[in-house]
Amino acid sequence: MTEWEPVIGVEIHVQLSTRTKMFCGCELSFGDPPNVHTCPVCLGLPGALPVLNARAVRHGILIGLALESEIAERSLFHRKNYFYPDLPKGYQISQYDVPLCRGGHLEDVRIHRVHLEEDAAKLVHLGESGRIHGSDRSIVDFNRGGTPLVEIVTEPDFRSAEQTRRWLILLRTTLKQLGVSDAKMEEGSLRCDANVSVRPAGSTTLGTKTELKNMNSFRFVERGIEAEIERQIALLEAGEKVEQETLHFDPRTERLTPLRSKEEAHDYRYFPEPDLVPLLVDAEMREGVRAELPELPAARAARFERELGLGAERAHELAFRAELADYFELTLAAAADTGGTSAPAGSTVANWMQQLVERIGADADPAESKVKPGALAALVSMVDAKEVGREAARDVLTRLVAEGGDPRAIVEAEGLGAMRADDAGVAELVDRAIAADPAAADKVREGNKKAIGPLVGAVMRESNGRADGGEVRELILARLLT
Amino acid sequence: MSTLIDLTAAAAAEGVRTGEIDPAELFEAYRARAAGDELNAFTWIADGPPSPGPARDAKLGGVPLAVKDLFCTEGVPSQAGSRILEGYRPPYTATVVAKLTEAGAPLLGKTNQDEFAMGSSNENSAFGPVLNPWDTSRVPGGSSGGSAAAVAAGLAPWAIGTDTGGSIRQPAALCGIVGLKPTYGACSRYGMIAFASSLDQAGPLTRDVTDAALLLSRMVGRDRRDSTSLEFPGEIALPRAEDLAGIRLGVPEELAGDGIEPGVLESFNATLKLAEGLGASIETCRLPHAPHALSAYYVIAPAEASSNLARFDGVRYGLRVDADDLTEMYSRTRAAGFGAEVKRRIMLGTYALSSGYYEAYYGTAQKVRTLISQDFKDAFAKFDFIATPTSPWTAFELGSKTADPYAMYLNDFCTVPMPLAGIPAISIPSGLSDGLPVGFQLAGPAFSENRLLDAAFALEGAIGFDGSGARR
Repeated sequence: MTEWEPVIGVEIHVQLSTRTKMFCGCELSFGDPPNVHTCPVCLGLPGALPVLNARAVRHGILIGLALESEIAERSLFHRKNYFYPDLPKGYQISQYDVPLCRGGHLEDVRIHRVHLEEDAAKLVHLGESGRIHGSDRSIVDFNRGGTPLVEIVTEPDFRSAEQTRRWLILLRTTLKQLGVSDAKMEEGSLRCDANVSVRPAGSTTLGTKTELKNMNSFRFVERGIEAEIERQIALLEAGEKVEQETLHFDPRTERLTPLRSKEEAHDYRYFPEPDLVPLLVDAEMREGVRAELPELPAARAARFERELGLGAERAHELAFRAELADYFELTLAAAADTGGTSAPAGSTVANWMQQLVERIGADADPAESKVKPGALAALVSMVDAKEVGREAARDVLTRLVAEGGDPRAIVEAEGLGAMRADDAGVAELVDRAIAADPAAADKVREGNKKAIGPLVGAVMRESNGRADGGEVRELILARLLT
Repeated sequence: MSTLIDLTAAAAAEGVRTGEIDPAELFEAYRARAAGDELNAFTWIADGPPSPGPARDAKLGGVPLAVKDLFCTEGVPSQAGSRILEGYRPPYTATVVAKLTEAGAPLLGKTNQDEFAMGSSNENSAFGPVLNPWDTSRVPGGSSGGSAAAVAAGLAPWAIGTDTGGSIRQPAALCGIVGLKPTYGACSRYGMIAFASSLDQAGPLTRDVTDAALLLSRMVGRDRRDSTSLEFPGEIALPRAEDLAGIRLGVPEELAGDGIEPGVLESFNATLKLAEGLGASIETCRLPHAPHALSAYYVIAPAEASSNLARFDGVRYGLRVDADDLTEMYSRTRAAGFGAEVKRRIMLGTYALSSGYYEAYYGTAQKVRTLISQDFKDAFAKFDFIATPTSPWTAFELGSKTADPYAMYLNDFCTVPMPLAGIPAISIPSGLSDGLPVGFQLAGPAFSENRLLDAAFALEGAIGFDGSGARR
């Protein structure tokens, strides 16, 4: 049996979060009524001319610097010519053989190039298929048309779908950290096409690749690539050939179907855009942008390890997802505000972040949950100060996720406050537990300390988790061994 | 009334400023003449003067302006001579038109032109050919033929057009008026329906050099909506030169010999003699690559046009011929909307940009373009201006060249090198040959418009051309 090695590269389109479009002054929008953010330029009216958005250029440079690309001192815009109703000029202004950025890498994946271009308008196909073929009619919303895009092309450095997905999440984090994009796949501000081929393990030549389009979530990217790897291996093992083609991922069925050849057989007739002048980026501009570079995920993870003593894996889990890291740092700050020097350790807060993530779902943004960073900080501080037991605190967190609110108020209202060792109630619960399980108590007396477990468990259960396990253990030992 | 019509635009503007002329009366005088247009020079004429009228001290004095159809004018048909834009009224006004209106030149009408500025005879207009006021059996030249004919015939005091390969200078020559193509980037292209973006420039078509300077002075300037526009160094001044003392004129043997009609050459040589009399030195020079300009032009301009005209797809505006599927809708719309010459150039340009042919055609043409620029640079190291005939011949009979595109393209032989190099050039009438006007062309380095206008002004005085024969 041949072992197969997948080879994957991706092309990512990122909508930049500038105030205005790439070549005109229309504002960017999402969810506004159709065709309200338009002008002669982005509608492609006769006589209108493009003017390059300086902010978009800065964003492009920022991305290039974050990916350690070489920033071109002089780059060109080209026209990519093809007819489609979402392309009002009949060409897309893009960069071709002289892009803004070349080379670079993000972690262990090499970047081929990064270039600037404009987005197409949005086509809505009315009718059952939801695609242009077989639709009754199609309508165009030009609000999106002309949105600044950056296209990032990687080298074929991925070897699995899972690796691709994880890297894309890191890229998204990087982009968000840079403040250049919302980078939301569901809203289309981050879009990913993948080139997939397989080859016998150990081979150094590339197999025939296919291009996968329309995978609009990280999960779909992973599943689409997985499905395509399986399909290609099955073909090759059956002695057939992989055809070079573009495949459309259907998120409903998770199946890949070939795009009709008409939709892909283009000669784009690229030529330099005569309505724009060459884009010049001198060292001063480049270094000015470099000074704006924020802390990037890898540096952030290193800082979490170094300054907060987090383990490498936990540090990466947080830092490679900006929304987690941001929330984490807000929680830390809130805890420090109230706790001062006795505030809980970073690693403790990180553990509770993990608890929170488990409750809100792995892909969710905690900032959008009902739990405010201040509330999580308060809860962790209460645990740290032994004002509430660990078990009870977990229940409180579950309630916070469901309802929001102030953890201290919940603890007080529900009587979940910790029972301390000097609390007469705890002593009474210990006595009851010993009385209820004399056999276990005898074993402990005989020196079998493991037998204490059921006794502690009983006290914890009876106290609804309010007692402190360690203290209960000490109390029981004191009672039975002295 | 006839006295109003006999005034140059600059003189009329002065009359308005001194209060001797009522701008509304001036406007109406021309409006009435334009309304009686028998040359098919206009595609749209204003109902009346704008209200409120121009300010008393407006630099252009309320002198009405004829505007080539391809300049977008808000709410007014702007069809670029094409069926595909029939009835199209843009929601905005081209920068150059807006600037001129603001400076006190109200819109008199839109003028006929070759479709999308592709042509040298105005026979490619979807709205019919324009007739030459000197002889209505002949063409006025093109593509700004409507503007040239209107000014020559006194249907408009002045006009603007666009020049890509000669579209201002050649019709100016054939109609016996002044036409100036500015330095590339001197005037904003915003709102000009594009033919070939790297070549298109707006410019004045006027009765004399002073009018050209006055109109141009309000057209130039950097426009933030056109990335290729540039700040004009200094201002355009009214020309005053009385002689050509110390001026060195280079006459390129490639553009002033073979292929030029004898009558045109005769007028050209007579004008050189006049220049010499005014103190200029005349010397033959070389522009070695100029003979290849036409070939390079007919690759670059159609290539850009094939892309510029892609937006006319029936989706958003203009003509649409419905069909069952998208591709069919595109092809039916464009088949019905574009004329034969436009289709020919779209085909040429599409071919030239196609994968596998790009380097051989577009790439080579760009190299030739660079060589031509270098030729001019070398020439301007020794000469102040290059002098050539504007057009190899005078106005020709309607229909006489329509069957032979190459013969038609030869019209541009002397005018095409300058836009390829981005440099300014002016055509002034140098006399009549068999009763038809001949144009004399001067080209100078980038942004030499003031010196060019001065030289043309001095020559104009010496030539003493009388264009009133066309103003009936």
